[in-house]
Amino acid sequence: MTVAVFFGCTFIAFGPAVALFVFTIARDPLRVIFLIAGAFFWLVSLLLSSLVWFITVQISNKNSATQQTGLLIFGVVLSVLLQEAFRYGYYRLLKKANEGLLALSQEDTMPISIRQLAYVSGLGFGFMSGAFSVVNILSDSLGPGTVGIHGDPQHYFISSAFMTLAIILLHMFWGVVFFESCERQRWWALGAVVISHLVVSCVTFVNPHYQGSLIPTYIILSIMAAWAYLCAGGSLRNLKLCLTCKDKDFLLANHRPR
Amino acid sequence: MADHVENAVNNVSNDGTEVNRHTETTPSRNEVELNGQPPTARPPQVLTDSEEDEDEELTLKYGAKHVIMLFVPVTLCMVVVVATIKSVSFYTQKDGQQLIYTPFREDTETVGQRALNSMLNAFIMIGVILVMTLVLVVLYKYRCYKVIQAWLFFSNLLLLFFFSLIYLGEVFKTYNVAMDYFTLAVIIWNFGVVGMICIHWKGPLRLQQAYLIMISALMALVFIKYLPEWTAWLILAAISVYDLLAVLCPKGPLRILVETAQERNETIFPALIYSSTVVWLFNMADSAETGNNSSHPVPQQENQVAMAPTAQPEDDGGFTPAWVNQQQHQLGPMQSSEDSRREIQELPSARPPPVEDDEERGVKLGLGDFIFYSMLVGKASATASGDWNTTIACFVAILIGLCLTLLLLAIFKKALPALPISITFGLVFYFATDNLVRPFMDQLAVHQFYI
Repeated sequence: MTVAVFFGCTFIAFGPAVALFVFTIARDPLRVIFLIAGAFFWLVSLLLSSLVWFITVQISNKNSATQQTGLLIFGVVLSVLLQEAFRYGYYRLLKKANEGLLALSQEDTMPISIRQLAYVSGLGFGFMSGAFSVVNILSDSLGPGTVGIHGDPQHYFISSAFMTLAIILLHMFWGVVFFESCERQRWWALGAVVISHLVVSCVTFVNPHYQGSLIPTYIILSIMAAWAYLCAGGSLRNLKLCLTCKDKDFLLANHRPR
Repeated sequence: MADHVENAVNNVSNDGTEVNRHTETTPSRNEVELNGQPPTARPPQVLTDSEEDEDEELTLKYGAKHVIMLFVPVTLCMVVVVATIKSVSFYTQKDGQQLIYTPFREDTETVGQRALNSMLNAFIMIGVILVMTLVLVVLYKYRCYKVIQAWLFFSNLLLLFFFSLIYLGEVFKTYNVAMDYFTLAVIIWNFGVVGMICIHWKGPLRLQQAYLIMISALMALVFIKYLPEWTAWLILAAISVYDLLAVLCPKGPLRILVETAQERNETIFPALIYSSTVVWLFNMADSAETGNNSSHPVPQQENQVAMAPTAQPEDDGGFTPAWVNQQQHQLGPMQSSEDSRREIQELPSARPPPVEDDEERGVKLGLGDFIFYSMLVGKASATASGDWNTTIACFVAILIGLCLTLLLLAIFKKALPALPISITFGLVFYFATDNLVRPFMDQLAVHQFYI
């Protein structure tokens, strides 16, 4: 039972992300490096926000439960804002690196475009965020134990897995939209990304009423997915061509007959 | 050490057409390489702009490829160590035994006493490493290659047979597998002999890489078991400082070693360097195959020796960082002399630049680096209360440190040590994650808040 829960939740949480990694990123070493660098940036942002939270907890009243919860909420909001700030910082760093490379090479073709970097960095953020959220829970799900023995919610593991899946994919979409909006100087889009991240995090405050947190999260996920698809240059026409295997450019590029 | 990595990556990214870009660290090497032309007078760029830009882009692509070629084995080694630590409890049990290099005990009454003892332990360990390095330099200077070779052979023998026997025994105990001595003897015999052959002679590249990863993991596990808590962290910090000084200071033993090897134009082939590809040199008259599996000595060089700095195993924990560090030293001399020889041979003749593909020039990383990276991550998974979060954080930190080291190498084109940046990041992230991030994430997990 526990092993089944472990494998089930692991595949739910990390399945799509690992599939994306294996099929689109693993072959290209440059993308792997930028993915890990993105994960590192997320980690640093988490470190800073934990530091601030830790300091506030030390100087607060440890016995008051409401104060501690309030501080935790403050910590969550701060963490979200710092994550987005570090995403912006990573964007600036990548732009600088890209510019440096472009200056050196006379050609226009870069080894990696800013859109690919957006996707890869978003996925890096997502992987790290997902890992930190769920890996400890997964390792606990292996061991002996009973879920919700004191009246806590029974669906702890599976809801965590679904939430993690949503967060990983959301980070990827946020990355794409974020970089695109920075490129086009569309600051309202940037704000929308930050606000949607805040909404997703704040909606988890109603846990364990999972219908209140998972449903809005998945709605935002689908909206962001469509938005990211449009930002990456997709359109309805492209989608139709792709699904009916009539996209000549793609087929030519992959040497497949129609 | 990153010496090797740097040089390796340097060499890799500089293919035959960019020979002029292959800047060396020491003047002697420069003179040798540029074949009589004064180094300062030689213009830095000989190629035209377009070729140069293409090469820059190729450099970037190939540089990235080599970073990944190092990521994979380092990750594998860490995975093996973490998997063992998590499943086999033997390596986290402290039965009170310690290496003779760390004589002071840490189960003292006061915190101050404990701190003092662990600092003394770290001093002694680094002192031992320093002494072993100096012995190695002296042996090398006086050409006592046979001694070094025998030393290496014996130490590998012990590691492949004795330590792996202990490891296998503990794994069997953990999973309650019944095994008779005869089968065990056959298994260990085959494992050890094939390992010795692969590492010291010839063998399939992947098999050799696998063996090197396994022995690095075994060494890291030994350190995790036998070094007391504070001593281990202090040793990690101290060894990165030592690495930095030994490679960058003009009088550093490693630097002396590198320069001596360059002067003699020798390739030192320690049997303990991880090499990611087989290196083929086509246009060299003297060898068709060099650095094959990084352990096969180039046959035409009689005076070339596989240098293996190994401490005498006086007790069951005899393979100390001293031994480990010696491996690190070889990368520098080996890489530099091999490449300088190649450069010399490529330059003067009228033949076209060698046909080596950049992809076939592998990267090499010292096993000492593997061992200390894995030791850090293993300790993080063994002792951190933040459990997997801390392990993942240290893992990412070390990989990023390695990436930065290689980037610095590409920028400075100088020998740089591989340990300091990664170990610093690893230590910072270990303590920060364990003390700051863990309580935060625990609270979030309890309430199921997501950030």
